[in-house]
Amino acid sequence: MNRFNDRIKIEHKPHRLGKYILIITVAVWFFVMILTPIFGIVREAFGEGLDVFMATLTAQESIHSFVLTFWITAATVVINTIFGLILAITLVKQRFRGKLFMEGVVDLPFAVSPVVAGFMFILLFGPRGWIGSWFEAGGIKIVYAFPGMLLATLFVTLPFVAREIMPVLKEFGLQQEESAYVLGASAWQTFWKVTLPSVKWGLAYGITLTIARSIGEFGAVLVVSGSIINKTQTATLHIHQQFTDYNYIGAFSAAIILAMTSFIILTAMQRLYRRKGVD
Amino acid sequence: MTRTPFLRSFHWGSETTLRSLSFFYVGVLIILPIAAITIEALKGGLGPLWSNIITAQAIYAIKLTFITAFFMVIFNVITGIATAWVLVRYDFPLKNLMNALIDLPFAIPTVVTGIMLVALYGPRSILGGFLNKQGIEIVFDKPGIVLALMYVSFPFVVRAVQPVLQELDKDMEEAAKTLGARPLTIFRRIVLPTITTAILTGAALSFSRAIGEFGSIAIISGNIPYKTQVASVYIYGELESYNPQGALGLSVVLLICSFIILVLLNCLQVWSRKHEQVQ
Repeated sequence: MNRFNDRIKIEHKPHRLGKYILIITVAVWFFVMILTPIFGIVREAFGEGLDVFMATLTAQESIHSFVLTFWITAATVVINTIFGLILAITLVKQRFRGKLFMEGVVDLPFAVSPVVAGFMFILLFGPRGWIGSWFEAGGIKIVYAFPGMLLATLFVTLPFVAREIMPVLKEFGLQQEESAYVLGASAWQTFWKVTLPSVKWGLAYGITLTIARSIGEFGAVLVVSGSIINKTQTATLHIHQQFTDYNYIGAFSAAIILAMTSFIILTAMQRLYRRKGVD
Repeated sequence: MTRTPFLRSFHWGSETTLRSLSFFYVGVLIILPIAAITIEALKGGLGPLWSNIITAQAIYAIKLTFITAFFMVIFNVITGIATAWVLVRYDFPLKNLMNALIDLPFAIPTVVTGIMLVALYGPRSILGGFLNKQGIEIVFDKPGIVLALMYVSFPFVVRAVQPVLQELDKDMEEAAKTLGARPLTIFRRIVLPTITTAILTGAALSFSRAIGEFGSIAIISGNIPYKTQVASVYIYGELESYNPQGALGLSVVLLICSFIILVLLNCLQVWSRKHEQVQ
């Protein structure tokens, strides 16, 4: 028995050592790869003092770009929440021809390059596009204006809400909704009192992902907006413009604001993810 | 899911409305844009499209895209498995913080990622200056592209492997250990086969993300033709110089790659589900 124990101890030793080496390697890698770049931009942004940092941030085109990002994000969240719910409910609770095709297509925005996405929207909604030419005739500009930027953002964030709700809806099943109906609830009441509460955490998580992506979207919006200063320039486009103009402090200080926003969103994501798991 | 005819008749009205709204939403945002780019690409016939793809600059861009994506996948698969393993199997200080920060690259806008990496590794920084003296260029060169891709797609493999490792039964590993297997053998023969699908899923997702990535690369690569110009940046350059025909070729190539990866991912899912049932 004694000899047997010794053997186990001997065999455990290299394993332990391996464990600590692995933990330290991963921790160091993670710190160097993922976290140090953040310190890099803090150093650059405040390199010439807080006053310069504040002055560049409060410049008119900088503020305009953040306000535009806010409105695009707000509109995207509203539209994609409503349509994402509709889409998820349709795909989970109905059977129809073309359903499998639609389910596959919903994931496409994640796979398509943002630049290609922007290009597609120019082809479709541009002044010579199928849909764009109609609107142009009515005097409404889509591409190189707010509607086009909104459409591009809607495209890249389309799957988030629907994909987060669908598994929850599937698990939830139809029983409770049918009971509500049998007990005399209208379709609308059933939705508000039974369906929506059951998916609320998944929905909240999907919305958070939508917000993060809308704020951060760059490629698609760059292509459809033309990045016109004080007109169609969002925060990310503003950063890009400042960077290509060699105005590094402008780029770094705006980048810090967005990075801080990401931290807040990430915290919300973690909380909601845990909630989602609990319910 | 069988429903009585009586309930079906009640749902009929709202069902059609929901389905039409879903078709409208997916149609306008996904199907029509893809139809528009497909028709535009095929309008002039396959010959001109092909000649846009095989220009020397376009071929260089697409090659660079695939090679950098390939290196990124190798790095991220290795570090991703190690990170997931450490997070699931071991306890160490700051583990929860690290687990929370894994998703940071998804929350940070890609432009900000590019800016951060330039701030850290660029010629103006301490680290970048030091590396420059050693003759290593990261920013505005190929290593910078791989680094940016590694950053933006870091969470994919970790988040794919983590849940599978969590559910993995330790019984088999312990049985192997008592039979005298070394830790590496246990990993290779018992753990690895179980997490292979998860690794492939994570790798495919990161690869798909990498070939389309634009924001971080637009900043860090410097967009030098025949040196650091990847496919998405090439497409943007063609669009910016009012040459949509030139942009079409590589856009179609990227779109086809996205489709293939999506189909592969779906096959993987179906395959792993079947595999689970067999087990």
